[in-house]
Amino acid sequence: MGLEDAMGDSFLLSKLQPLLNLARKNSLFPMPMGISCCAIEMMAFAGPRFDAARFGSEAFRFSPRQADLMIVAGTTTYKMAKVVRKIYDQMAEPKWVIAMGACTSSGGIYRTYSVVQGIDQFLPVDVYVAGCPPRPDNLLNALMLIQKKAGKGESRGTSPGFVGDFATLHAHTASHEHRLATSPS
Amino acid sequence: MNQQVVEKLKTRFGDAILESGEFRDELTVSVAKEKIVEVCQFLKNDPELAYNLLADLCGIDMARSELRFGVIYNLYSLATKHRIRLKTFVSEEDPAVPTVTGVWKTANWHEREAYDMFGIVFVGHPDLRRIYMPDEFEHFPLRKDFPLMGIPGSLPLPKH
Amino acid sequence: METVQAALPRSKILQTLEDLNTNVQFDDALESEMVLNMGPQHPATHGVLRLLVKLDGERVIACVPELGYLHRGYEKLAENCSYHEFIPHTDRLDYLSPLSNNTIYALAVEKLIGIEAPPRAQYIRVIISELARISSHLLWLGTLAIDIGALTVFMWSFREREKLYDLFECLAGARFTTSYTRIGGVAQDLSVSVIVMIEKFISEFSNNLGDCEKLLNRNRIFVERTDGIGVISAEQAIEFGVTGPNLRACGIEHDLRRANPYLVYDDLDFDVPTHTGGDVLARYYQRVAEMKQSQRIVQQALQKIPTGDVHALKPKKVLPSKERIYTHMEELIHDFMLVNVGIEPPVGETYFAGEAPKGELGFYFSSNGKGHPWRMKIRSPSFVNLQALPSMIQNAMISDVVAIIGSLDPVMGEADK
Repeated sequence: MGLEDAMGDSFLLSKLQPLLNLARKNSLFPMPMGISCCAIEMMAFAGPRFDAARFGSEAFRFSPRQADLMIVAGTTTYKMAKVVRKIYDQMAEPKWVIAMGACTSSGGIYRTYSVVQGIDQFLPVDVYVAGCPPRPDNLLNALMLIQKKAGKGESRGTSPGFVGDFATLHAHTASHEHRLATSPS
Repeated sequence: MNQQVVEKLKTRFGDAILESGEFRDELTVSVAKEKIVEVCQFLKNDPELAYNLLADLCGIDMARSELRFGVIYNLYSLATKHRIRLKTFVSEEDPAVPTVTGVWKTANWHEREAYDMFGIVFVGHPDLRRIYMPDEFEHFPLRKDFPLMGIPGSLPLPKH
Repeated sequence: METVQAALPRSKILQTLEDLNTNVQFDDALESEMVLNMGPQHPATHGVLRLLVKLDGERVIACVPELGYLHRGYEKLAENCSYHEFIPHTDRLDYLSPLSNNTIYALAVEKLIGIEAPPRAQYIRVIISELARISSHLLWLGTLAIDIGALTVFMWSFREREKLYDLFECLAGARFTTSYTRIGGVAQDLSVSVIVMIEKFISEFSNNLGDCEKLLNRNRIFVERTDGIGVISAEQAIEFGVTGPNLRACGIEHDLRRANPYLVYDDLDFDVPTHTGGDVLARYYQRVAEMKQSQRIVQQALQKIPTGDVHALKPKKVLPSKERIYTHMEELIHDFMLVNVGIEPPVGETYFAGEAPKGELGFYFSSNGKGHPWRMKIRSPSFVNLQALPSMIQNAMISDVVAIIGSLDPVMGEADK
């Protein structure tokens, strides 16, 4: 992904890899796909109290070409699904997706004719955040999980993690560390 | 006030006023669909009544064989602060009602919504197309025979 | 060029845009008009609103808004829920002021059933409605300022909103999807700590709002970007059904809290400010003035609030309290019936409208005597206000479109239902 493809397999790249991962994970620029109520909590997540900037997510890039993390916040309808997918396709590698809230994880309280029951039907998701809407602290927890994933150099869509209200399931990492710790947060 | 409105309407329109009733101090008048535009114009332009704000226009599915669909107009007068409701009913075979966009411009989007949700056609509407569902959608969601979960395959989803 | 354009499939919405102006020519790409898509994903469209704008250089000739990207099927859901089960859904309508939606919905159902909440519950509902109004207008202020370019005001107004969120969390358990009102009252009484928090917030609010005003009121950039932009006349506004602060900024003094008073608004002393001009700057002054009036109302309500119950005592219509459910047979049966079957109102229809922060929020119920409503229609103010958008945008520059949408304050959650 990204720079690795350009440089190919080389001694220089293996020395550079941890540095690249460190840089990527500490400067994740989110692209806020703010659709409905979760968008307000996402704005609070960017606001002064639950500051996302101290985690490196300084600027919320609204252009998909300039972002590497898409936070889908809000109920996705069938009409909107086409738009979300188009924007996801425009993002450059490496990219990750946070499904924020109950509506994006599974359709939420809307079991109706026009709501997609979970965005994983058309997007690969990295972290699901439970809540309706999730507290901004929960979203920060999700951001930290993505940072962990990016720090290990994992590409998108593998072994998704889950952030709930009372427990955090740590994602299965690619290096077979089956550490399924359920710690109350 | 309610009595006064009913009397004025009955003297002016006679048979077109099918019935009227009161519930929780609100007046509901049932009007024949051919005369609905004249009734609305009269209610808006009359200096004593002056119902100049169309608060709401919605469709309703009565789920009966005769006159299945209805259109409901909730009117409000800024001067007298009085509310009134008009109703017309149409049948399933010919769900056509004359449009009131000539009387209040706000009826434009409300009628589009009623068309989108029920399939009620508003004759003379400047721009009758769907407003909530995609243009290619073939069903009318708020009809009583449309399931809540929708019809699988009726809305396309992008590929994974 | 013309044959290429004709060969492409034309969607209905593009056709509508073209039909608005009959002088479209496609000869020279540089000399002709351009259709710009301000798509559903846009930083400044306040949610998922799609605008197709026909431009002549920088000037807007015509505009067609497209809704429906957040249509969640509320009205169909309501036909499948009981009246109580729909209360959490009302939070998500105008998700900037959920407590206000809860209150108006509870009042609409109570009108249908024919009961009234006790006085203490009514005062509590007034307090939370006005706090919700302050919360919604604060967010509007932050987003309008950030759309025009003032980032600091966004941060300050969010700081104030965080204080309100702490208050709502202490009051109802959730930061903003509160579901606090019930049919016949409110969920629980105000605790002492909540009253202390409300008094503290209200006492500091005018200073904090004054800080935001100092940054914007005489700021040359802000005034030049908003003065005379997006004008709508009073007659046009009434034709389009615009209500709320947008109508009052055109000079029409119409406020449902004064015109058709509900709750205890006729016992409280407040002004209904109006401004003339009908442009973005007038709407800005209007909402700031309304925030100050809301502060006044909350102060008075806190002094006048009586003691008493917060639930009406109507056994078959109102959910009884938990202690009585666990100890008395009658209440157990009533609770079972109300939760499983629902409140069974009489056959009939009502329409109740209240003054939400965005305008007139109305609920139309048609009941056939069963526990689920036969038809529920939500008259959402944002849906109707957005209809006035094309006429406001006419002949404005493309960069003004953002300021105009911000000043109208649409919320797509309720516009798309």
